[in-house]
Amino acid sequence: MSPTDLFQPLLMKIEQVIEETPDVRTLRLAFADERQGREFTFRTGQFGEYSVFGEGECTFCIASPPTRNGFIECTFRKAGRVTTALAGLEPGETIGFRGPYGNIFPIQDWERKNLLFIAGGIALPPMRSVIWNVLDLRDRYGDITIVYGARTVADLVYKRELAEWAARPDIKLVTTVDPGGETPDWKGEIGFVPAVLDKAAPASRDTIAVVCGPPVMIKFTFPVLARLGLAPKSIFTTLENRMKCGVGKCGRCNTGKYFVCKDGPVFTLAQLQGMPQEY
Amino acid sequence: MESEKRSIERGALSRLVEQWLSQGKRVLAPMHSGDKVDFAWVTSLDDVSLDHVQTVQSPKTAVFPRVEELFSFRSADGRVEVRERDLGALPEIVVLGLRPCDAAAMAALGAIFNWDAPDRLFSARLARTTLVTIACSRADEHCFCTSVGGGPGAVAGSDILLTDMGQGAYLAEIVSAKGREAARAAGPLFAPAPGMDKESRLATVAKAFSPDAIAAALERMFDAGGFWEEQSRRCVGCGACAYVCPTCACFDIQDEGGISGQRLRCWDSCGFGLFTLHTSGHNPRWLQSQRWRQRLMHKFAYMPERQQALGCVGCGRCSRACPVDMNILEHLRAVAEAKP
Amino acid sequence: MNALREKARELLAAKTVQVVIGYGRGSGGSARAVFMRAPAQAAELIFDATCLQNLAVYLMKPEVRKLGKAALVATPAALRTILQLAAENQVADNSLLALAPVGEDIMPLATFAAIEAHVAAADHDLSAAEGAELGKFAAMGLEERRRFWEEQFSRCLKCYACRAACPLCYCTRCTVECNQPQWIPVPAHDLGNLEWNVMRAMHLAGRCVNCGDCSRACPVGIPLYLLNQKLISDVSSVFQARSGMAARSDNAMSTFKPNDPEDFIR
Repeated sequence: MSPTDLFQPLLMKIEQVIEETPDVRTLRLAFADERQGREFTFRTGQFGEYSVFGEGECTFCIASPPTRNGFIECTFRKAGRVTTALAGLEPGETIGFRGPYGNIFPIQDWERKNLLFIAGGIALPPMRSVIWNVLDLRDRYGDITIVYGARTVADLVYKRELAEWAARPDIKLVTTVDPGGETPDWKGEIGFVPAVLDKAAPASRDTIAVVCGPPVMIKFTFPVLARLGLAPKSIFTTLENRMKCGVGKCGRCNTGKYFVCKDGPVFTLAQLQGMPQEY
Repeated sequence: MESEKRSIERGALSRLVEQWLSQGKRVLAPMHSGDKVDFAWVTSLDDVSLDHVQTVQSPKTAVFPRVEELFSFRSADGRVEVRERDLGALPEIVVLGLRPCDAAAMAALGAIFNWDAPDRLFSARLARTTLVTIACSRADEHCFCTSVGGGPGAVAGSDILLTDMGQGAYLAEIVSAKGREAARAAGPLFAPAPGMDKESRLATVAKAFSPDAIAAALERMFDAGGFWEEQSRRCVGCGACAYVCPTCACFDIQDEGGISGQRLRCWDSCGFGLFTLHTSGHNPRWLQSQRWRQRLMHKFAYMPERQQALGCVGCGRCSRACPVDMNILEHLRAVAEAKP
Repeated sequence: MNALREKARELLAAKTVQVVIGYGRGSGGSARAVFMRAPAQAAELIFDATCLQNLAVYLMKPEVRKLGKAALVATPAALRTILQLAAENQVADNSLLALAPVGEDIMPLATFAAIEAHVAAADHDLSAAEGAELGKFAAMGLEERRRFWEEQFSRCLKCYACRAACPLCYCTRCTVECNQPQWIPVPAHDLGNLEWNVMRAMHLAGRCVNCGDCSRACPVGIPLYLLNQKLISDVSSVFQARSGMAARSDNAMSTFKPNDPEDFIR
């Protein structure tokens, strides 16, 4: 039975807890009700409201790709009341999920193009969904380049997947850490994401870029993409405004007249340039 | 459909209130409380204030209470059971003595709650609420209903509109199906209304601005930072304006009661500094001027475009409740006169 | 009023201050805060019995602070607020100019010492009427008092106008907004309202200068001043302490003294 109320979550069982970094966890979740699980569909870029009963809800993207059925994953940093409670849960425990909400990365429009993914820190999760989605449909896309940076080696999330991507001949993966964040055996780049991107000089003809990261990284990455010749309509990002309801009512996430929860979270740079800066 | 005209005497209205109460309905009406008049649950028409201009709060609590349960949950042995709210158990409410602006505000609230996916709880409450409005025979300097499409005797949104005709008699305009049902149930308490004309009984509220002009001006003013700082300098960032507003609907969601408790929806306000604070510490609206801009933009620019409804009915409550005299009419005039 | 306008004009013309925070005419004959930045604006300043707001609240507002050095038209309560803010290291000496109306005249007070001297010359004790009103509560039984406050707080909307209007509620993150743990329930239900209002009053114990702006700000008319005055009266009788009288003073509730009386602990 599906809830008839907008605010009533579906129940999900935690199947697996992966400790990505000391304060970042990935949860693999399966629907407590098998039929709900079979009926559930989403598209890459969408998000959900995850709840720990008694603590409240918080908003994360769905970090797994829609091409993998039977579960969804979310990755979050332990920061506030709900994420702290969520981080304390173990496999077998039940949480709530509302979603999927929001718009999508239009990956069908990207077929035959080169793809450039640029992420910083904890912002890899929204991109991981779309990366796996296109990798699962690998022959439909051109070159795939991933530039991922974090403050320190310890802050890199999805380390096993990074190793898997690094080993694949059909992906160019560049990882970097901020100066001072390296370990003695670090083999990746040392430097900030925009500079490393500049140096990597990925294919830029017929290219779509997806950029997710802290505001300062995004700010300095856009000019590099412009120099590479990418048009604003070919550059995608997600906005991370605070949300409560996720369904366009609670009044928090709007940037100008746009609801990040309904019109976003995915926006092109061209769209952002026409929007008030309220994110 | 033309509203049907009846009349009701004060004594009959008093019996009607008794009838509603005896049917198990709750009656929300303006009541004197100290030097203020505010909506409260009444037990007799004698409790009801009939001589005020406007109440402190709006009657939105009937359809959007300041705290309400969305659902409850129970956790035991690693299993969670979620219990849907029983909408059938919601009370039947009659709001008596709200103003035409308040009745109009229900459509604005509906526009927010139901613009995309419908909000069942709000809609169920609204369906169980009957609005018996009393037209305005007086207005004050904060009233501007006529500038936002309303009027002191406007029927839109009401189920029944009463107009005090003097000598204890009210003209009763039966506006909606719900109003006709209420009138039918009241039987002979409503009488014919030969030759009653309410126009002479109504307050005069001058038109101060055109909402289209405000929306057009706001369209160009998002980045007019200096203007917004100037306009909001004395604002201290409380939520009084939002909480007394009949159309403000921003809310928070909070869990209470531990592992076997409730998820609650409660009022929130875009005027609060932490309303939009991100987990990272970044805040898209870190200044009060940005929050004041949001308040006006939301009501007069965003809502008309996204929900095809104005977010203001001109009741003037925010101006009256503001501890530092932020007078919305003045601020709207300043928007209209601003040079882009 | 002329002396005030003249003084404000002079201060702005000489650029002694960048802004004069004062009162201007507001809606329906009331007064409202105004921020005068040019000499010509000084003519709009007023000072009369309608000027009640404690303008010291704006000393803590970032958007006002950034305007530069301020002159503040200061009622006796606002002067006490400045001293209390000084005692809490929130304003620096010589960083603002208080303009104290005295009859038709205006007295500029540039230093905390000058404000202290001015404040010391007047009586700031609770008035006889205030004392009598508190006395009525002292005479009530515990149960009656609880019922009174439950009824009052049942109307609280948690709009936080009391907090926003209070110049001493300047925390950038109030206890009510801290949720690890969730000290105070967020919703405006009975428990949330009781805890919020008690917490607000207690956080002002030994700090409140009795300006009354919390009560004036309350849209639903809860007599919050009674709680504050009760605490002022208790702090005064238990610790012989009074806030807002000196720019350097220990806060009664956060300063331990070996000889503090303990006999009120039961």
